[in-house]
Amino acid sequence: MTRMLKYVLQDVLRARFVLFYMVFMMAVTTILFQLDSDPAKVVMSLLNVVLLVVPLVSIVFTTIHYFNSYEFILLLMAQPINRKSVFLSQYAGVASSLCLSLLIGIGLPALAFGAATQVLPLINVGLFLTCIFVSLGFLASSLTRDKAKAIGIALLFWFYFTLIYDGILLWVIYAFNDYPLETPTLILTSLNPVDLARIMMLLSMDISALMGYTGAFFKDFFGSGFGILFSFAMMGLWVMWPLLLALRRFKKNDL
Amino acid sequence: MISLQKVTKFYGRLKTLSEVELEMKAGHCYALLGPNGSGKTTLIKSVLGMVIPDSGEIRINNQNVAGQYLYRKQIGYMPQIGQYPANLRMAQLFEMMKGLRPDVKNTDEELIDSFGLRPLMDKRMYSLSGGTRQKVSAALAFLFRPFIYILDEPTAGLDPVAVEVLKEKLIREKKSGKLFIITSHILNDLEDIVTDMVYLFEGSIRYNSAIEDLKTETRESSFAKAIAVLIKNQDLQIKELVTP
Repeated sequence: MTRMLKYVLQDVLRARFVLFYMVFMMAVTTILFQLDSDPAKVVMSLLNVVLLVVPLVSIVFTTIHYFNSYEFILLLMAQPINRKSVFLSQYAGVASSLCLSLLIGIGLPALAFGAATQVLPLINVGLFLTCIFVSLGFLASSLTRDKAKAIGIALLFWFYFTLIYDGILLWVIYAFNDYPLETPTLILTSLNPVDLARIMMLLSMDISALMGYTGAFFKDFFGSGFGILFSFAMMGLWVMWPLLLALRRFKKNDL
Repeated sequence: MISLQKVTKFYGRLKTLSEVELEMKAGHCYALLGPNGSGKTTLIKSVLGMVIPDSGEIRINNQNVAGQYLYRKQIGYMPQIGQYPANLRMAQLFEMMKGLRPDVKNTDEELIDSFGLRPLMDKRMYSLSGGTRQKVSAALAFLFRPFIYILDEPTAGLDPVAVEVLKEKLIREKKSGKLFIITSHILNDLEDIVTDMVYLFEGSIRYNSAIEDLKTETRESSFAKAIAVLIKNQDLQIKELVTP
């Protein structure tokens, strides 16, 4: 598996996209730090970039990578290697290279501007989102044999989690605003990794007061030891379930 | 050696393999014949575990291969169309394959030399012609000295010189009592090599016997003619068969 991981990493790096992504994140971070001297505000702006760009890049890159390495997978399948380790080494290769570019892309400029501690929660959330959307990308790829269709499914996932879900959530809150909605919104936000990431971030920045009563309620829950554990566990779950589902399908698919 | 029991495979509603029963023994060379779409490649891929049959059992050395992978150590596979990572150089490809199988120290690189692949080693895979790619596929199939060779259309796309090189290699390997499964439409290429014939038609085996029996049965001296007669007699439509 580690041997295969080496070849997957070589393959990913040869595409140079990951390098481009890293440079892009570096540029954005540097520009934002130069525009504003308050690290807290920079992190807020960066958060919006991370919440949109990281999922999109992760899921689309994964889907394209999967179909581009189809030949490689085909070649491995004729060798005494089991499908599970082929799949997991693909996942590890893609996820680790994207995580590393994000870490360097945000971490390095932040370090240069002396704001490493402030961006730490942001990087944490970004790494989680990367792993989650790489999982979802593999899930999209395993659902169909057609590259264009898989990219379509991947984009749909992205739209759903970043836009459509929030729309539904707002509608629910609006429609049922006569009722106490704290617990239902808490549950509903946990069901979307992007929302969960946003809340984890906002609470770490101590600006939850801006969110009113619900914010206070969220702070009460997510700020507690159990809440932190809960949010981490939920994020972990979001990494695992699409990955396991994709693995199950990959084991059964005909090549 | 290899035994298939009631192997059935559907692609959607299309029944590609229908209760295939087949026994293959070491020391024999099986020609797997049949018209396009008769299920030859599906059968081969099922043995390799690339295609998972809907029902039935495939056993190699009396071990069920479902969900297994270590049995592929014994198999050298040459696909019909060799698809390789496009940006990889040929040298990197061979290096990678050897890196994935560190258990095999004494690799068989004879075909790399006799096909004249050495000067092309720094070429990227996408820049290779179809024939050269076939040569790479063949060289990879022989690389780890397997015991079972599965060659899907090995001579398609190869020039006459390369076909001879491959044939000679096959004859030499055959002497050491290995098992070969070869599919081909170009029957003349197989003449000196195959010992048995399996004829697949619409997903089921219609004929399976030794070549000698086939020749006596059809009263023909050449393999290709014997098969042509057989197909005509049994009314198994086949159009792309090349007869002399």
